[in-house]
Amino acid sequence: MATIIVVTSGKGGVGKTTTSASFATGLAQRGHRTAVIDFDVGLRNLDLIMGCERRVVYDFVNVINGEATLNQALIRDKRVENLHILPASQTRDKEALTQEGVERVLNELRESFEYIVCDSPAGIEKGALMALYFADEALVVTNPEVSSVRDSDRILGILASRSRRSEHGDPPVKEHLVLARYAPDRADRGDMLSVEDVLEILGIPLLGVIPESQAVLQSSNSGVPVILESGSEAGAAYSDLVDRFLGKSLPHRFITPQKKGFLKRLFGGG
Amino acid sequence: MGLFESLFGGSSNKSAALAKERLQIIVAHERGSRRSSPDYLPALKKELLEVVRKYVTVDPNQIKVHLDREGAYEVLELNITLPEDEPQSVRKVGGVSRVRLD
Repeated sequence: MATIIVVTSGKGGVGKTTTSASFATGLAQRGHRTAVIDFDVGLRNLDLIMGCERRVVYDFVNVINGEATLNQALIRDKRVENLHILPASQTRDKEALTQEGVERVLNELRESFEYIVCDSPAGIEKGALMALYFADEALVVTNPEVSSVRDSDRILGILASRSRRSEHGDPPVKEHLVLARYAPDRADRGDMLSVEDVLEILGIPLLGVIPESQAVLQSSNSGVPVILESGSEAGAAYSDLVDRFLGKSLPHRFITPQKKGFLKRLFGGG
Repeated sequence: MGLFESLFGGSSNKSAALAKERLQIIVAHERGSRRSSPDYLPALKKELLEVVRKYVTVDPNQIKVHLDREGAYEVLELNITLPEDEPQSVRKVGGVSRVRLD
């Protein structure tokens, strides 16, 4: 039985696509057949983050409209086995994603994949609602910043009232908090919301804390999901996150400030 | 951040505490308004409209259902504006029902 996981946030630019790419890659690395779908119709970007933008021939909307088969549209990842990407369409037609169409594609994916990761667009419009509607679990990506936390709370309300599970009276969508772009030293100084603050406000279990890291930009520059940069803090944090999702109990790393030496303080870096 | 501040920790205005306080207030408020506009409200509105329409022809946009909170009471307010060319009918029906909260 396949599990559908939506990666959502409400607010844009908080790290949904980065998280979707690394999360899906991590699941596949651990031997699980995984598909990751870009729901951001009109603003396709998951392909760039995963480095397969030049291999896109058909997209999600082509499959919905019967212009291509699912197998024609799915892109097999070249680095990691068991990983497939379904790119978003670049159409400007807002109505391209129909609930029936999305359901049909998801049902077909369920037959050959264990995990289906849905990368949601920002906002609470149709694309975002479609991405979360069929979800069994949700990764709510939040930055330690007021507008992001507020929008995450709003998305939690939508998950609880407008998902298929809520409409059918099934057990609710399982929620996980992913706190991204965290700067432990700033939280320690009191000028950034801390992990505890965000947990207290949102009240959902913490799956992972991803530290603010230059590796995220560097890996997106080269089209490699940051989880594959195992030497980086962000990559290691995503690895832990995937292990925790699969049931391992691991302590949270990168949430306390590193002791900086005198020279490092003087000349920056780190 | 200047050299002095980066060396000795510097002054911090602890704005995170303010952020947390503001968020707690706004999030509680927004969760409250989510609750006070329950899922059955659209269905209730539709059914009420059907009942009224048995007797008077009214525009679907002329019915307003509003749920509010007054202390320990929840107030369900219903406003239906009746069409002007119904001479014998009351122009406006206002109904307020009070439900005590547990």
